[in-house]
Amino acid sequence: MADKTITVAIMDAPYESANSTTALRIVQSALAKGHNVNVFAYEGAVNLTMKGQAPHPNPVKGTSAEQEAHPTTKDWVAALFKLAKDKGVKLDWVNCGLCVDERGAGDWVEGPRRGGPKDFLDASNASQTTLVIPTK
Amino acid sequence: MGKILNIVETAYRGTLEEQDDTVLWLTHMLKNAGADISVLLRANAVNYACKGQDASGLAFGDAKMIHPPEIDKDVSKIIEKGVSVYLVEEDARERGLADDDLIAGLRRIKRQGIPQLIDEHDQVWHW
Repeated sequence: MADKTITVAIMDAPYESANSTTALRIVQSALAKGHNVNVFAYEGAVNLTMKGQAPHPNPVKGTSAEQEAHPTTKDWVAALFKLAKDKGVKLDWVNCGLCVDERGAGDWVEGPRRGGPKDFLDASNASQTTLVIPTK
Repeated sequence: MGKILNIVETAYRGTLEEQDDTVLWLTHMLKNAGADISVLLRANAVNYACKGQDASGLAFGDAKMIHPPEIDKDVSKIIEKGVSVYLVEEDARERGLADDDLIAGLRRIKRQGIPQLIDEHDQVWHW
């Protein structure tokens, strides 16, 4: 079992900036090194886990959705949960409930849970470090 | 539990969401949850402390926003809650904000005082 835990707060909506990619890379690296990770998804970041995301064909390249096999953010988050399981560590992904409600973003892949700011505070207090990746 | 400094730099982002400024709202919620937390307003966010802001009147068709953001009042409420709110003097002055323009209860610091302020906190969250 991991003896270190990090907490990461993220805010960006899917695909809008490199912040999301950076955050997921950090989460992956920490899990891969055997650390527990808490994620607090705030504002547009609650959309990262939406189950309804679907890949599409690319008419510019003339490829089908199957040929592209382009992962959506919910696929990446699901893969991170699998990585945590394989490594025997915990990924606790909290979607801010009020942000979810305002965006109608409540249908998620398996893994994330609904929470609020107190979960973020509790996670931070239980972690060795906290990283905020804000939207600018 | 360590001391947290929330640095707010980006102003009026996301204020159409119900929480108004989402980081000030989060600060309020974290304080309610027991956090030892302070706020530093810098860059354009110093305007959050400008009193008398009025963002009312937004409507599209017959859908009206009846509770517009009141950022200055939100900052005052945070101060009333016991949160220390710091403001960078030079950033306010460069934006034409005089002392009389600002709400009461702010802790004014100079830019050169920011490192000391950071040093007084265990965690710094730069939003």
